[in-house]
Amino acid sequence: MSSTDSFITIADPYRLGHRGPNLARGHGGGGPASIRVIVGYGFWLFLLSDIVIFACLFATYAVLAPNTAGGPGARQIFELDRVAWETACLLASSFFCGLATIALATRNQLLTQAALLVTGLLGLAFLLLEASEFAALHAQNLGPTRSAFLTGFFTLVGCHGVHVTAGLLWLGTMMAQFFAKGFRPDIGRRFLCFSMFWHFLDVVWVAIFSLVYLVGTRL
Amino acid sequence: MSSELDRNAREIDRHRLEYEEDDKGGASDEHSAHLATYVLGLGLATLLTIASFWVAKTHLIYDPGIPMALATLAVAQMGIHLVFFLHLTTAPDNTNNILALAFGLLIVGLVIFGSVWIMAHLNHNMMPMQQLMQMQR
Repeated sequence: MSSTDSFITIADPYRLGHRGPNLARGHGGGGPASIRVIVGYGFWLFLLSDIVIFACLFATYAVLAPNTAGGPGARQIFELDRVAWETACLLASSFFCGLATIALATRNQLLTQAALLVTGLLGLAFLLLEASEFAALHAQNLGPTRSAFLTGFFTLVGCHGVHVTAGLLWLGTMMAQFFAKGFRPDIGRRFLCFSMFWHFLDVVWVAIFSLVYLVGTRL
Repeated sequence: MSSELDRNAREIDRHRLEYEEDDKGGASDEHSAHLATYVLGLGLATLLTIASFWVAKTHLIYDPGIPMALATLAVAQMGIHLVFFLHLTTAPDNTNNILALAFGLLIVGLVIFGSVWIMAHLNHNMMPMQQLMQMQR
């Protein structure tokens, strides 16, 4: 009993809410929440604020989309085949990021690095497809300055692309850290944040391909 | 009474072990990701994606209903991503995340629907551009 007593004293000095052991750690019973849960919560708050930024861009696009200033509309410029490939790349990338999480739990350096490499390559393929779309539009003089519709489109989709680019840099950093420093707890928590970021980008892309591309071609 | 105390002690020991495991950055049973979860998530997300692209191309659905159908499929797929990839659960250590998400959704709803609503009304009430130009002369 003495060891458990000392644990209670350390983890929960004021014994808040104790009426026997409580499964809900971080809610007064059972001691404070683990660092992992707290780090995940903090990063989740950041992601939600990022979602609010994207919501503003979506609202801007929805308001500006009908104003094509005599230029082409969504139906004329969107190519659904390319969008389908982009979607497949990003979804598969998200899946391989999940596989990396599993490989990380088994502490297997080779599997972790391989899963992260595939994650990154699929993300890169997504970015190249998006860049080719932007380049094709630019070649037809359909840049963001052509109409309010294209301004909103480039801002929203470009902002997501910038996020993916930042995610790729972060991914490379994580691979280097796992390689050089091994599976340290703090690096594991950094990877938790990265994986949340990467899955979150896929969630935003679901909204973009559904509400911008697919709805755009049918309006 | 003493057996209950023993049970409590065992329970607390288990929590301490989990806590130390967490601090080592490892995954205790609660947090560990399972392959089956990701495979199921990938399968459901793929199905919903295919359904979305099918809806966008088909002529079997009443045309004005298509944007709403696509929005519904998108929301469903985002839910799949949240549950199977981001591991949002109803577990006690996830309550705060759920509450934060609810607040985030409130703000997102206000921003998007509020903007679209207000701008549609302003657009509706605005004088046609031709008339406006003539008045300015």
